[in-house]
Amino acid sequence: MNRFWNQYQKEIADDHYFYERSCIRQTFFPGSEAAFLRILREELGKDICDNPHQHTCTGIGYHSDVVPLETTMTVVARLFSLMTECGYENYVPSCVTSFGVFSEMIEKWENNPDLLAKTQQYLWEATKREFKIPKNIVHPSDVIFHFRFDLKPRMKYQLVNRYTGKPLRVVEHIGCHYAKIFPERGIGKAEFPYVLAGMIEAWGGEVIDYPERRHCCGFGFRQYLVQENRGYSIANTKKKFQSMEPYEPDFILTNCPGCNMFLDKWQYTIAEMEHKTFDKEGFGIPVLTYEELTGLLLGYDPWKLGLQLHQVQSEPLLNKIGIAYNPDEKYKGVSGRLLPRPAQPECLRQE
Amino acid sequence: MNVSIIGAGPSGIEAANVLAKQGVAVTLFEKSSSALKNIADKAFLFPNFAAAADIVEIMNKKLLSQNITLKTDTDIVGLVREDNGGWKTVDSKGQSHYSDAVLLATGYTPFDAHRKEELGYGIYGGVVTSLEMEKMIRYDQVVNSLGERPKRVAFLQCVGSRDEKSGNHYCSKICCVTAVKQAIELKKRMPDTEVYVFYMDLRMWGQHFEELYRQSQQEYGVRYVRGRISEAAGTFDGRVQIKAEDTLMGLPLKMTTDLLVLMVGMEASEGTRCLAKATGICGDYGFAQTKDPHIDDCLTAQEGLFACGTCKRPMSINDAVNDGRAAALAILDMAK
Repeated sequence: MNRFWNQYQKEIADDHYFYERSCIRQTFFPGSEAAFLRILREELGKDICDNPHQHTCTGIGYHSDVVPLETTMTVVARLFSLMTECGYENYVPSCVTSFGVFSEMIEKWENNPDLLAKTQQYLWEATKREFKIPKNIVHPSDVIFHFRFDLKPRMKYQLVNRYTGKPLRVVEHIGCHYAKIFPERGIGKAEFPYVLAGMIEAWGGEVIDYPERRHCCGFGFRQYLVQENRGYSIANTKKKFQSMEPYEPDFILTNCPGCNMFLDKWQYTIAEMEHKTFDKEGFGIPVLTYEELTGLLLGYDPWKLGLQLHQVQSEPLLNKIGIAYNPDEKYKGVSGRLLPRPAQPECLRQE
Repeated sequence: MNVSIIGAGPSGIEAANVLAKQGVAVTLFEKSSSALKNIADKAFLFPNFAAAADIVEIMNKKLLSQNITLKTDTDIVGLVREDNGGWKTVDSKGQSHYSDAVLLATGYTPFDAHRKEELGYGIYGGVVTSLEMEKMIRYDQVVNSLGERPKRVAFLQCVGSRDEKSGNHYCSKICCVTAVKQAIELKKRMPDTEVYVFYMDLRMWGQHFEELYRQSQQEYGVRYVRGRISEAAGTFDGRVQIKAEDTLMGLPLKMTTDLLVLMVGMEASEGTRCLAKATGICGDYGFAQTKDPHIDDCLTAQEGLFACGTCKRPMSINDAVNDGRAAALAILDMAK
């Protein structure tokens, strides 16, 4: 996309990253983080530290007003102390909300040195640890974007429909906390963010610009975390799907755990509630993380990427791209033993 | 006495006219190929719907004095005060010109609507600026992105004015009444077209403006919605979906329209910024700063350097003409 705000780029370190995992991604999209580490190490030859002592950033609790600011700052400081101890300066948090929380805390500290001094004191009193503020803090989707042209020659597949020869049509959806809190820290800023669009275009696809492109995925923390508000959540998601439906997207690409989950799982719920899917065939629209997409195009096994754990199954998309997969291994566990097949949804088709 | 005037817009031409009548030799520099570039494509002027072409014709006749030398395609890039108190202007080709006094009439530039990317200008065909709408009206080509007569048109005020995001906190002054005027023009040509104007507050400051605003509602059925549009997006059928908040109703609003007209504000032109900075009279937002806004509004901190028109701040054509006249008098006063 030739956007005016494409000029808004940011500095992305070239190597030596400290990775911080997400609380929820390994549950819902279990192959994504492992794929990111593999891509960085094996495809790009980069150094990335995956420290086993990490923990929550408190993001969900913080944004739900159950974790006070001082606690969040101290927890963030502890995570940074792990990075400092390991000798790294480039922080890469897997989750978009973590990215937003870290960016916010750093902003607070930079603008209010008293808060920084207090945080240092709290961390020292609680853990006897010290920390440095990262020199470079980016989201992993920034890193993949940064290396998108380096990855392209290594890819076995492109975002092209092998039956028609045309580019796949892709809806991209950015997590709110990626660019809406600090627009200048997102590639392309908040109005026409380019981080996912850049990957799609570089790898042969076509980005769909639909009217509700900026609308919330339906998570929005309070919309979902308060049970009584969940109708609000699914209504938001439905609005997005209705808006994108005429454009017939082949799949949705996101960079946020919440967006991934809600755009994927609410399709099942809407199908059950209203007997409605937003694709022509009734399979639903697959929702991929950027790591899953990168891994798929590099030729990684879809089942090792964890695509079978999505609500909307991805075989029609894999077939369109021409990605090889073994249906018999779809539900094979790590031990090699076949796991029980999940029950088939009534209204969301599966192959 | 000889005077250099930089900018052949309404204020520069009017000043040249007054000075020439008093026997002053005037050199009028214009960077474009002709004078009055900013008015040339306008259709009608508020509040009396005078044809812009007629005004341009009258103003051009004022240039016919033998005391006025019009130099078009001449971009003045340097302005220096000489030791003898005179001024040297230097154009982009390196040619110098000397005069006893200089009048800055370097004008404004329309706000670049691309900068409000959430409004989709340059991205969706149905999003146009007020300048483009003016051309559409003038040449009777009011069509949507599909080339069809629009069934619904929405105007949005304050694009690039009174706006924290674009960095312009000031009011551009003419956009409110221009939207009223253009809305009436549309309704005259296409009575069945729905016309909406989204605003923060309507500033009908000039004579007959308030009446025009009322007329637009009572006679033409133009609908006004108090609220800014937060975003525009293209629809599958080539129209524009807009989201706003109706702050009088206290409700969010979503509407699909054939055309969204962005009422772009005024910013200091590149010439204004460059020359005001070079001479140490650069004021807020790059506009030229005058000596005193109340009683010496055409004088600057530099002796022999004067300023008039929209190089100082946003103003209407008639105000700019009057301001040019005032500047000419200030220059004549200096020569006494």
